[in-house]
Amino acid sequence: MALAGEKYSVFRAFNRFGLGRRIEMPEADANAAEKDPKAYLQQELNSQSAMITSSELVDTQSNLAAYFEQQAMKKAMREGADANAAQQPETSTKPKMQSVQREALLNEVEARILKAYEAPAGFLERWVWFWSNHFSVSVAKSGLVRATAGSFEREAIRPHVLGSFGDILFAVETHPTMLAYLDNRDSIGPDSRAGLKRSKGLNENLAREIMELHTLGVGSGYTQADVTAFARVITGWTFAGANNNKQEPGVFYFEPNRHQPGAQTIMGKSYRQNDIAQGKAVLADLAIHPATAKHIAFKVARHFVADVPPPELVDNLSRNFTKTRGDLKALANTLLDDDLAWSTPVDKLKSPLEYLVSVSRGLGFEPTKPQQMLRALKELGQPTWQPPGPNGFGDTNDVWASPEGLKVRLAYATLLVRQAQMQDSPSDLLQALLGNGVSHDTQQTVARAESRQQGLALLFMSPEFQRR
Amino acid sequence: MSLCEIATLSRRKMLGLSGSLVASAFIPKFARAADGRDPRLIAIILRGAMDGLSAVAPVGDPDYAGLHGDLALGFSGENAGLALDSFFALNPAMTNFSRLYKSGQAAVVHAVATGYRERSHFDGQDVLESGFAGPGNVSSGWLNRAISAIPNGSRVASNPSLAVGAVAPLIIRGPAETLGWAPVNLPGPTQDINQRLLDLYQHTDVKLAKLFSESIKTQMLVSGQAMDVSMGKVNQGGDMVAQARGAAKLMAADDGPRIAAMAFDGWDTHENEGGAKGRLFNLLTGLDGAIAEFETGLGAAWAQTAIVVMTEFGRTVNVNGTDGTDHGTGTLAFLAGGAIKGGRVIADWPGLKNAALYQGRDLKPTTDLRAVLKGLLGDQFGLSNEALSKDVFPDSGLIVPMKGLIGV
Repeated sequence: MALAGEKYSVFRAFNRFGLGRRIEMPEADANAAEKDPKAYLQQELNSQSAMITSSELVDTQSNLAAYFEQQAMKKAMREGADANAAQQPETSTKPKMQSVQREALLNEVEARILKAYEAPAGFLERWVWFWSNHFSVSVAKSGLVRATAGSFEREAIRPHVLGSFGDILFAVETHPTMLAYLDNRDSIGPDSRAGLKRSKGLNENLAREIMELHTLGVGSGYTQADVTAFARVITGWTFAGANNNKQEPGVFYFEPNRHQPGAQTIMGKSYRQNDIAQGKAVLADLAIHPATAKHIAFKVARHFVADVPPPELVDNLSRNFTKTRGDLKALANTLLDDDLAWSTPVDKLKSPLEYLVSVSRGLGFEPTKPQQMLRALKELGQPTWQPPGPNGFGDTNDVWASPEGLKVRLAYATLLVRQAQMQDSPSDLLQALLGNGVSHDTQQTVARAESRQQGLALLFMSPEFQRR
Repeated sequence: MSLCEIATLSRRKMLGLSGSLVASAFIPKFARAADGRDPRLIAIILRGAMDGLSAVAPVGDPDYAGLHGDLALGFSGENAGLALDSFFALNPAMTNFSRLYKSGQAAVVHAVATGYRERSHFDGQDVLESGFAGPGNVSSGWLNRAISAIPNGSRVASNPSLAVGAVAPLIIRGPAETLGWAPVNLPGPTQDINQRLLDLYQHTDVKLAKLFSESIKTQMLVSGQAMDVSMGKVNQGGDMVAQARGAAKLMAADDGPRIAAMAFDGWDTHENEGGAKGRLFNLLTGLDGAIAEFETGLGAAWAQTAIVVMTEFGRTVNVNGTDGTDHGTGTLAFLAGGAIKGGRVIADWPGLKNAALYQGRDLKPTTDLRAVLKGLLGDQFGLSNEALSKDVFPDSGLIVPMKGLIGV
């Protein structure tokens, strides 16, 4: 459904590019957004930080140190319990222990949601989520990933979302969470010292996904031989476990004993560097490859604008990516500067995360219940940091548009409305959040609701609120 | 049935829910009031504006049948109601209420309204629940302020009152402590909101309409109900009964709440309202079942219990183009309970002649609902006229409490 005549409207700015209007936004912000919606979004990139600072949050190294310690304790207890099994009742040997990974996940989710709730427009946060989904990890992989998925995003994604693509790529592929998630942690060059000693060997998982998902894109011309060669290049990219004599536990390092020696040829180019420099050089080339530019441009346009984005918009983004050698801030600004990004008719359904956050912002209801949010996102099909595969959550309407999904959205809209106990008139709120572009039918439906709560729930279920 | 507590208040744990109160042994026993009374009050809000003319039909009014069309009840025939007297007939859904009425434990006050004279649900409910003369006051409800005004030392004051539902209705929100409780299976999105949303999607978003109608179909299959949205076959009666059953269990306890409030949704019958059967009939069946749950569940305490059922305003006397009724003014209040001096319809009946209608379309209110409520609160809990006119229902000094509603 197209909403005519509001191409550059403040509502398009908030809904398509941001996280919906905050009902409690400062008046100065509201005026600025009203005056020049595009400049308001651009200003967010200039004035806001993508970083989350909170004393509650623990970095990956500390998380992993605690996680390793917990694993060791569990092991010791298991062994102790086995030894004492005959004498001791099982329950008395288990001291209460808050799992490291659960606590970390709850704290990270709470901080992440709060950051989005408080964001002025939410464009920067959407930009972070886009890259986080592009470089997906899944907490279903292991306790280790569960313990560090949040710190991974804060350490490898957030610092670089307005920097260069090459930097974000390198930060991601050298982060312990990604190395564990895509199995490079234990990948060993067959001819390395470790490889010759043990019969273990190469794991291609990370190399393949870097080429297929993170950079070039599937079908862009690389071969299986390229994948294998690249996998050899990044052997030795690992991180320290609990007992490592070279590095502190939980820290990335290059392990020369596992690195496949010698030059490797990838897509016709020979990489002769030694040690980590070899992989760095490959990543640097992948980062600015024309196929990468096209791949990223398409994904950005599909995420923000339309399932089938206008080719001219994709070309524009791709050209900019190439010209700036992957300057991500320039890419975000190019998106905002392109008329097509604004004028393409509204059709995309908000993802569950976008939806729940924008409902909270619309209600002025601070989401302080991470458990509830985690459960809601799971029920809506977008469990936090747990996509179905390394390709992340789907980014098209058919992923979110389901009968069950609508039903659950209505249930949570109803629940949030109840919890917020908002006393504003639903019609006034409709006007404030969506402006004059809403259909007469939606206005009538909201105005004629039989209770305030019902009116608000109908507002949040309206097509205009759900699509962006 | 399993129950759970939704409250976040510290005293919620006192309310055990498997038949007896777990903490009862630790709660000091209070002496009975000098007169030995231990009264209870239950306030039920019907959100959406109940059609009083189809709930208790003025069959004896010569203009009624013509104006209320297919929705009209009679004393006999296909649309027969349950006769309350020679003039009024109760909707046939309310068999329990009819039985209570005959035994003198239920009454109807007809042609009532709050002080609100516009037709917005939101504002109308705010006025009804806040107890103020007009909209715009939503910080506390009249029932909560009434609790605060009850003298210390009585059980009503000592036992926190009960707000049923995931969110306390405005009527009981305020400074006086309350407990919250809701059935585990919260009433989800109702049939009514499903219908409204489906209508909206059908007019604005074909894709969402298709998905949502599939969703409704699945819900129907799961709940074993027919896909007959327009008839409102899937009523919310079960939810009403479940809420009443849980609340009654809590209130029956010696140390349980003496006052409770709850709200039932779904009464905005613009389409296919029905008469002796159909949507309103189904809703009233639920309400009737809820009243019966209180009667059963409260046991001996029923004798001193008063239930008042009220709604924000009434509906048009004329039937609209979609076999329903639109927002009106005058409606009715149901009273039930062992404490009620029942067996009567209390009404200064204005008639339905065109000149007698409010703005030529609605039943004219001849009794201010606040008179009924002031009378109930005064006689049930001994609240002074001054407290009632100042704190509970601000600026209502001119509205005289209706005496003699309580018969014990």
